[in-house]
Amino acid sequence: MAADSYEDIAVGKGDAIPALEVKPQDLYHAKSFWTRWIFCQDAKVIGIQYSITAIAIGLVALVLSWLMRLQLAFPELVPFIGPGEYYQFVTMHGMIMVIYLLTALFLGGFGNFLIPLMVGARDMVFPYVNMVSYWVYLLAVIVLVASFFVPGGPTGAGWTLYPPQAIKSGTAGGDSLGIVLMLVSLSIFVVGFTMGGLNYVITTLQARTRGMTLMRMPLTVWGIFTATVLALFAFPALIVSCIMLTLDNLLGTSFFMPAMVQFGEQSDYSGGSPILFQHLFWFFGHPEVYIVALPAFGIVSDLISVHARKNIFGYRMMVWAIVIIGALSFIVWAHHMYVAGMNPWFGFFFATTTLIIAIPTALKVYNWVITLWRGNIHLTIPMLFALAFIVTFVNGGITGLFLGNVIVDVPLSDTYFVVAHFHMVMGIAPVLVVFGAIYHWYPLLTGRFLHEGMGKFHFWVSFLGSYLIYFPMHYLGFVGVPRRYYEMYDSEFMTVSTNYLNQFITVVALIVGFSQLVFLYNLITSAKFGKKAGKNPWKACSLEWRTPEVPPGHGNFGKELPIVYRWAYDFSVPGAKEDYIPQDIGPSQVPEAEAEQT
Amino acid sequence: MKKKESIFQLLTQKPWDPTQMKVDNLHKGATLDLSKGKLGLRYIMVISTIFFCLFIVTYSDRLIYPDWQKMPEPLMLWLNTFILFISSIVFLNAQIAAKNSQFEIVKKRLIVIGVLALAFLIGQLFVWLQFISLGYYVSSNPANAYFYVFTALHGLHLLGGLIYWFISIRKVWVPSNIVIAKVKHTVELCAIYWHFLLAVWIVLFGLMLFT
Repeated sequence: MAADSYEDIAVGKGDAIPALEVKPQDLYHAKSFWTRWIFCQDAKVIGIQYSITAIAIGLVALVLSWLMRLQLAFPELVPFIGPGEYYQFVTMHGMIMVIYLLTALFLGGFGNFLIPLMVGARDMVFPYVNMVSYWVYLLAVIVLVASFFVPGGPTGAGWTLYPPQAIKSGTAGGDSLGIVLMLVSLSIFVVGFTMGGLNYVITTLQARTRGMTLMRMPLTVWGIFTATVLALFAFPALIVSCIMLTLDNLLGTSFFMPAMVQFGEQSDYSGGSPILFQHLFWFFGHPEVYIVALPAFGIVSDLISVHARKNIFGYRMMVWAIVIIGALSFIVWAHHMYVAGMNPWFGFFFATTTLIIAIPTALKVYNWVITLWRGNIHLTIPMLFALAFIVTFVNGGITGLFLGNVIVDVPLSDTYFVVAHFHMVMGIAPVLVVFGAIYHWYPLLTGRFLHEGMGKFHFWVSFLGSYLIYFPMHYLGFVGVPRRYYEMYDSEFMTVSTNYLNQFITVVALIVGFSQLVFLYNLITSAKFGKKAGKNPWKACSLEWRTPEVPPGHGNFGKELPIVYRWAYDFSVPGAKEDYIPQDIGPSQVPEAEAEQT
Repeated sequence: MKKKESIFQLLTQKPWDPTQMKVDNLHKGATLDLSKGKLGLRYIMVISTIFFCLFIVTYSDRLIYPDWQKMPEPLMLWLNTFILFISSIVFLNAQIAAKNSQFEIVKKRLIVIGVLALAFLIGQLFVWLQFISLGYYVSSNPANAYFYVFTALHGLHLLGGLIYWFISIRKVWVPSNIVIAKVKHTVELCAIYWHFLLAVWIVLFGLMLFT
């Protein structure tokens, strides 16, 4: 091999197979500042716009969680929080974190930035639609934020928005604009997401570069792709329930609203079915968990493989598991409704399907662990976050097995055990992956590393802190402390220990929250002052690191698109000079490497 | 040379296997032999189908409650259905004309289709007014509510179709834009969407008619 390292081999020069004639693609070219940075059609910029917006609104949700914790532990410090405000904070915190932060960040942010780069495309297939998708998402966020400023404030119906209480005067925001703005914002979000999803799906299917078969794609793309397909099936259920609930609220229809008496007065509604709303909501709501989790699974597989210098164990099984988990996620939704008035006989079916999901999920966990086995583990910050993810996900997953059983769920429902479970499994675990991914791909985005010291501080405080917050909550749940209560008063289950624990959790939550500011500071300053990373600093195999310029320029790759000769996991190939072979390095350029034996 | 592989075959490939690598190196990149426009349209149709199916599921759930009172079917609705049907047939005709590059005929057909679509929308509004004057308000019965929701959503989908119809007509009209293959493609996509809208309407109308 003439060149000293793979980085010296220009993209497209792998001559084992002659390059196809690549037709010039109609690329969008920005002409001014506005079209370059604001109304931009370049997927990378759109990805960054999505990420910044999502993180900004996520910070609002973080502050809301502080306020809730303060109210629970030190109510005298926050006299302005009454029951109504508390529920408003609970609702907005949940909705923002699940939909406006995690969904938007994983699919809109990472999806836009990584899909074209990883599959070897110049851009998404419909760049204009992609741009509109971001602006529609921003509009959804603005409508959501606007609900904080209308009379009556935002809705306090809980993120599940169950009727009839969601649109009645007894609930904060129920008889004012709060609930309307929430429903409208969600509908707008779904419309915007559908536009983005169009791009993620079709780019992954149709715009891959030559040699990039579906089974050669990095698992990150598999995760994001499958999650998008899930979203396409699940989000219509959300928009349908939003439309019908809006009509119940504004026009007085009775889709979901039953006949009821409030303050001694018979309401105009009659005959609607609140359970129907719950079914619709959770038909969206459960796949939503996997819409967040699957991209995390994909990304973490890549992080582990790159930083352990080993090919991912059982690549095919990892793909199958992603697809099977996606499919199963559509037949488990009613496990959220065991105690919500559903026919109890259904519980058996849904408990069974729920427990079956543990099989492909456990398979993934085993494969991650086996990938680490005898790997050359580099304890870089992305790797630390990836390892933390595995532990956290297993923890959160195991409590899911408890809650999936009807008989165990009934006493634990609506206690802090549930809060601990879902925060571990779909809050902390995916967020750890988000952090890991940011530390991993930041050098590609800016050409510089994030500061390592601050990164380690951020990691340890976030990781240990989140355990200190959520582990005690399992105990609180066992003792019987109910969730969603504004104040516990002197009830039976509020013993001395639970009171102290509550205060302890709040203090830790504040500390963990503030450590995120260190991360933000790191994000901003490292862009200018961080250590220079150069090309492919982690020595990864996938195509996003093979762009001629770092950060990747307009059109991603140079004159010619890369040609792919191998899968994305050729690490430590026996005989090869280096411990990785990028995807676009042809066999003639690494004659000494033996074929991978797996 | 290219054999179609099933999803099962695809998912069981071993990308690290030397024999498989040789096969994979020749892969051209795209999974399906379809234009991105056609695939995009299918995507939209799949989402719309799910969307309407979910409404139909809720409809069939709500239907069984005792307060359900069937609505009458005015003649006007049949007339509107007929108009939509005719517009779909005209579009079939336009499709054939586009295939044969007879763009003058395509222009005329597209205009007829636009007029028919507007007539359909106005007809639907007229049915609404008729119902309102008879006292069938949206909140008075779930059957009424579903009728208004279905017609409104279908109307919105048709309005969306009219945007694409406008793009098609501009492409056919302005000579400088005529790149034959592109125009044919656009007209074809628009036609498929139109037939889809007819199918959706027939399902919705049939559903309301028989329940």
